[in-house]
Amino acid sequence: MASATNTTASADWPMWEVFVQLELGEPHQHAGNVHAPDARMALLNARDVYSRRGLVKSMWVVPSETITASTPGENGEFFEPGNDKLFRHPQFYKSPKGVGNLE
Amino acid sequence: MDDAAKLKEFDDRIARGEIFEPKDWMPERLRKQLIRMMSQHAHSEVVGMLPEGNWITRAPSLRRKMILLAKVQDEGGHGLYIYSGVESLGVRREDLIDELHAGKAKYSSIFNYPSLLWSDMGAIGWLVDGAAIVNQTTLAKCSFGPYARAMIRICKEENFHKKQGYEILSTMMAGTPAQRAMAQDSINRWWWPSLMMFGPTDKDSPNSIDLMRWGIKRKSNDDLRQRFIDMTVPQAHAIGLTIPDPALKFNKETGHWEIGPINWEEFFNVINGNGPCNKERIAARKHAHDEGKWVREAAVAYAQKHSSLERRAA
Repeated sequence: MASATNTTASADWPMWEVFVQLELGEPHQHAGNVHAPDARMALLNARDVYSRRGLVKSMWVVPSETITASTPGENGEFFEPGNDKLFRHPQFYKSPKGVGNLE
Repeated sequence: MDDAAKLKEFDDRIARGEIFEPKDWMPERLRKQLIRMMSQHAHSEVVGMLPEGNWITRAPSLRRKMILLAKVQDEGGHGLYIYSGVESLGVRREDLIDELHAGKAKYSSIFNYPSLLWSDMGAIGWLVDGAAIVNQTTLAKCSFGPYARAMIRICKEENFHKKQGYEILSTMMAGTPAQRAMAQDSINRWWWPSLMMFGPTDKDSPNSIDLMRWGIKRKSNDDLRQRFIDMTVPQAHAIGLTIPDPALKFNKETGHWEIGPINWEEFFNVINGNGPCNKERIAARKHAHDEGKWVREAAVAYAQKHSSLERRAA
């Protein structure tokens, strides 16, 4: 749990990213963020802001500063390794006629 | 890449209908416009709690009271969604709120009108939220990701706001002559300010050009206003309300309702701080913020207590 801050100004309260799961078994999706002095209260604030209509099955809060993100300007080279390997896709392969669908 | 090349690339992205995110390169002018527009929008949600908050203790039934409480709470939540989006552009929510409290920030002019009657809760829900929905449905398709996502979330919640307002008015219009007169009185006062919510006519809207160019505004103020008028006039007639505009007429050729002239002098007067309730609204916001200080202090004390307990246990 991230440590509490010492200040009373809510501007200096850390920001928390909020993720919600709308159906059991589905992935958690980013919903927005909240300010709060600690994780416990971040979760309470997130509940009041992002689940007023009871549609949420599960909720995570994550300190915003702990998220490391890819850089938009470098997307090309960064994601390149995934782009040039067509043989990872089933469409790359040919099957003899008459065998039908191998999948 | 120099700025001209970056700008060209950005213009191309917008032309392809792409959504951009806070960390993407964007023209500095657009960043400023987005901060201005989104913070004004967030402030409007928050100040918008006040005219309706005025009637919570005097709602005519427990059902109406619970609905109104939930609606006002939604407006506060909508403010937070948008503040959350605008903070992604590198500004602090607290600074934006300080600007509002210092009278330096603008918000929707409509919230500077007083809510005098219970039927005003109907007019606000139906007309003010109805106008906001027309505006926000378009903004939900805008090119800036955090703004579009906040708008989608808000639009999903706003429909109940509009429907509960219309229900208040249709109930009153089916009531006694005094109740019908009250409902009509509310429409007489809220109709024109609602039309002004879409902002100045296109030729007097200086910020619109950049915002249209870069896909934030996708429809002009006048187009959105017309859509709202065409949608709303038949709803008024359906429950026997009269639109307070002697020049109002239906143009069979265009299929649009045509209105008389809007009093733009009143609009600019209110937006520049001289509406009936501007000072009262800001004073109420400041009061709420100051009175909430002990809650913020208590939250910090609570967090510190728990963090030291956890350290001791570790």
